Amino acid sequence: MGPSGESPQTPVIEARGLVKEFASRGGAGMGRSRSVLAVDGVSFRIHRGETLGLAGESGSGKTTTAKLVLRLLEPTAGQVLHLGGDVTRLRGRSLREFRRQAQMIFQDPYESLSPRMRVVDIVSEPLETNRLAPSRARRERIVREMLESVGLAPAAEFMTRFPHELSGGQRQRVGLARALVIGPSFLVADEPVSMLDVSIRAGVLNLLKRRIREMGLAGLYISHDLALVKHMCDRTAIMYQGRVVEDGPTREIIGNPVHPYTQALLAAAPAVDRIGSLRSPKPEEARDWAGTGCRYAPRCPVASSLCTTERPAGLEVGPGHTVECHAAQAGSRARSI
Amino acid sequence: MNGLTGGSTSVAAPACALPAGRGRTAPGTVLRVSDLTVHYRSRRGPVHAVTGVSFELRPGETYGLVGESGCGKTTLVNALLRLLPDAAQIAGGEAILRGEDLLSLPERRLREMRWKHISLIPQSAMNSLDPVYRVGDQLTEVLRAHGRVTREQARTRVADLFGLVGLDQRRALDFPHQFSGGMRQRAVIAMALALSPDVVVADEPTTSLDVIVQAQILGHLREIQNARDGAMIIVSHDISVIAGICDRIGVMYAGQLVEEGATERILNQAEHPYTMGLRNAFPALDLDDEKDLLAIPGTPPDLVSPPSGCRFRPRCPFALRVCAEAAPPALSRPDASRVSCHRADEAGQLRRLAARQETWLVRGEE
Amino acid sequence: MRSILDALATDRLGLAGLVLFGIFLALALIAPIAAPYDPMALNYHPDGSLVRMEPPSREHWLGTTRMGRDVLSQLLMGTRPALFVGVVSAVFVVGIGTHVGLVAGYFGGWVDDLLMRITDLTYGIPFLPFALILAAILGPGIQNMIIAIALVSWRGTARVIRSQTMSLRNRPFVEAARVAGAGHWRIIYRHLLPNVAPLALVYLALTMGWAIMTEASLSFLGYGDPRLVSWGKMLYDCYSSQAMFSAWWWMVPPGLAIALLVLSGFLMGRSYEQIADPRLVQ
Repeated sequence: MGPSGESPQTPVIEARGLVKEFASRGGAGMGRSRSVLAVDGVSFRIHRGETLGLAGESGSGKTTTAKLVLRLLEPTAGQVLHLGGDVTRLRGRSLREFRRQAQMIFQDPYESLSPRMRVVDIVSEPLETNRLAPSRARRERIVREMLESVGLAPAAEFMTRFPHELSGGQRQRVGLARALVIGPSFLVADEPVSMLDVSIRAGVLNLLKRRIREMGLAGLYISHDLALVKHMCDRTAIMYQGRVVEDGPTREIIGNPVHPYTQALLAAAPAVDRIGSLRSPKPEEARDWAGTGCRYAPRCPVASSLCTTERPAGLEVGPGHTVECHAAQAGSRARSI
Repeated sequence: MNGLTGGSTSVAAPACALPAGRGRTAPGTVLRVSDLTVHYRSRRGPVHAVTGVSFELRPGETYGLVGESGCGKTTLVNALLRLLPDAAQIAGGEAILRGEDLLSLPERRLREMRWKHISLIPQSAMNSLDPVYRVGDQLTEVLRAHGRVTREQARTRVADLFGLVGLDQRRALDFPHQFSGGMRQRAVIAMALALSPDVVVADEPTTSLDVIVQAQILGHLREIQNARDGAMIIVSHDISVIAGICDRIGVMYAGQLVEEGATERILNQAEHPYTMGLRNAFPALDLDDEKDLLAIPGTPPDLVSPPSGCRFRPRCPFALRVCAEAAPPALSRPDASRVSCHRADEAGQLRRLAARQETWLVRGEE
Repeated sequence: MRSILDALATDRLGLAGLVLFGIFLALALIAPIAAPYDPMALNYHPDGSLVRMEPPSREHWLGTTRMGRDVLSQLLMGTRPALFVGVVSAVFVVGIGTHVGLVAGYFGGWVDDLLMRITDLTYGIPFLPFALILAAILGPGIQNMIIAIALVSWRGTARVIRSQTMSLRNRPFVEAARVAGAGHWRIIYRHLLPNVAPLALVYLALTMGWAIMTEASLSFLGYGDPRLVSWGKMLYDCYSSQAMFSAWWWMVPPGLAIALLVLSGFLMGRSYEQIADPRLVQ
């Protein structure tokens, strides 16, 4: 499973047309269809040293996409490539080798660490499962270094503790140490600070940013908070109901959003520098997606009849900035509400 | 707007600095909380969850109570609503609403007051909506429990309330599980507003909701409040939510109210170092804002034995020796804001320093 | 381990159970020394007559049986088989049940189906008749009793552990372990087992009580080991001597002992469950 010709241009991680369908037994509540298309054709590339932000609300499929890319789930269709090599259907030893390269930090600091394992065992687990550092003493030394590098010093104090003896911020740092200990080339961060107190977040995020830079990692940052995405990511992809509706350099997406959904997200995002400016968006009628055309059409203020029949294709509206929207295609910039 | 006038006086309050004293409320104040103190029993001793908190609510005002986990804001509002768990105990203070002290009301009077004069929008709507009853019926129940209302009157009122919170009136016959998360939250807001109470407490009303739904609901809350005489307290850890719709902000830390004032003032001209740090810890969406997020090193103090003097002292980059020796005085400013800090008068200068991460990395006395 | 003792100590009833169990354990250990007489020996008066069915006296604190045997000595020596059967069976039952539950709950799919169907089969087997048949085939004996108990009683534990495993396997820390490269078995033993262990321990305590009851029942029915002095056998002897209502000193002590030992197991299990059950823990 070697990389097929690695060059500086070869992205560390590439997703091609990823699709994931979940069969649900007897839909509950809203949906009438029997299977759920959580991810409906997602593609992107992440190069070395670059962080891509995957932004969207719940149900957008961003977490599912991340799990597909990490092979925690198997895609229904599409491919995942690592340094040019196809890792989509790997199993067993080759999958384990891929796992050495691709790691993740989780959203919930209270649930992502094994409650009955000590910190030292949690962080050395990747070393053990990958059979690096066979001696216990060497593993402990590596763990100690890792803990110090994520700001948990003196390491000796933290090594023997259990997760419930640590604060939320400390737990996330342990999670980060665990993810980085075997030196991966790709790191996924799934809303790593959304469950932490605000004054603690910056510490964890700044640490994350620094380590990504120091280790030259490719990063995938998932969040519903656009302000954080702006802070952490070079490029951003906006997801809506399983599709990437807009993607491009973060500054472009935030400064010049083209897709109506992106505009709605930005208008709705609360931010400290917007005092008293929260306007109540027009109430939406809850109409379900008809099954054809653009998924956002039922909610879109500028939807036309074309939007309900034909799925929009990707359109480049700026350097590296792509949108899937008929209105954008019509040449006129969709206006916000 | 649909008969939402609250039961309190409708005179706008003059913006004067009232020191927090005990006794009846002055005209123009809906709720006066004085010196509220709450302890929790624990194995290691009493946990001082809320210590000496005082503030006032004016009619029609939206007051944001902001602070991180463990600061006591939830305990505070639970005390006001008398929803504290058994292990908690109100150790002192008063909360005067309509001339009566909420904290010492007997059970029967409390039941009369709830929903009618003070109500709660809980954090998760699931805690308020009974899954086996229709939503409209649950609203009707609130209406009829507090007064004689005919079926027809109740139905009209429910329709009005639905419209007020942006729900389709035809959905009143649905069950809670047929509503989406955002709709459920709206239903619960409608319940809280049903009897036009003087004070509505919203405890993290939008935390579990998506960004766009959150914006809608917050927008609605603002419109509702603009048309109402009653006051609203919004409790949140998210300053950006509070910034969007509140008139005044109270900042809590380690069980105490450390600063209070008009929203604009608190966010842009904070006088307490914690407020400064908190403000700078939030990322801005402004493209020109390139500065790094600020982290406040350290963790909130142990409330079983809080630090002597100022409770923020161990994490404060501007702490002096006096901060450990004496509790900071509560200062009232001419613009009716209040702050508890020994160095509040140097705020302008400290604010500039606080905006830089290096300041926070060097703690301790000068 | 310390947390278990801590947990039991905080609940007064649990503490009572622990103390009670401890007393029985101590008695079992010192029984050979403490018993005033050989439990199987016939006792005679100085004049040569059998000390037959005599109520409690200074020489025999709990009186004697129809055959002149000392009840107290039998009672004391009876603690050994009771505890032995109780503990060993419980260990086997919980051991089998936990493994089945873990594997079924973790893998799901056909593995789960297969294991659960097997479990269902065991539910269909009525215990006492099965134990009797086994005793008839393999002969009466304490180890066969343990086998009978172990073969059938793991089903309850298996179901419960399976449920808990199913709720644990989707938790983020299991996903995290997978990302860290852990294979199936490592996840089961390193991550899931420690988290289901508390519940398994609860079942250990409860099963112990139940196994003791079972041993007593089998012995009472006459299918116990005739060479063994057990409480059940004492009751059997008493019953077959038609002395159940005349010689209370013979019937009450073993019955009481069974009840108390089973109670101790139950109290410990119940008290620990309050700590261990993930639904009850916040």
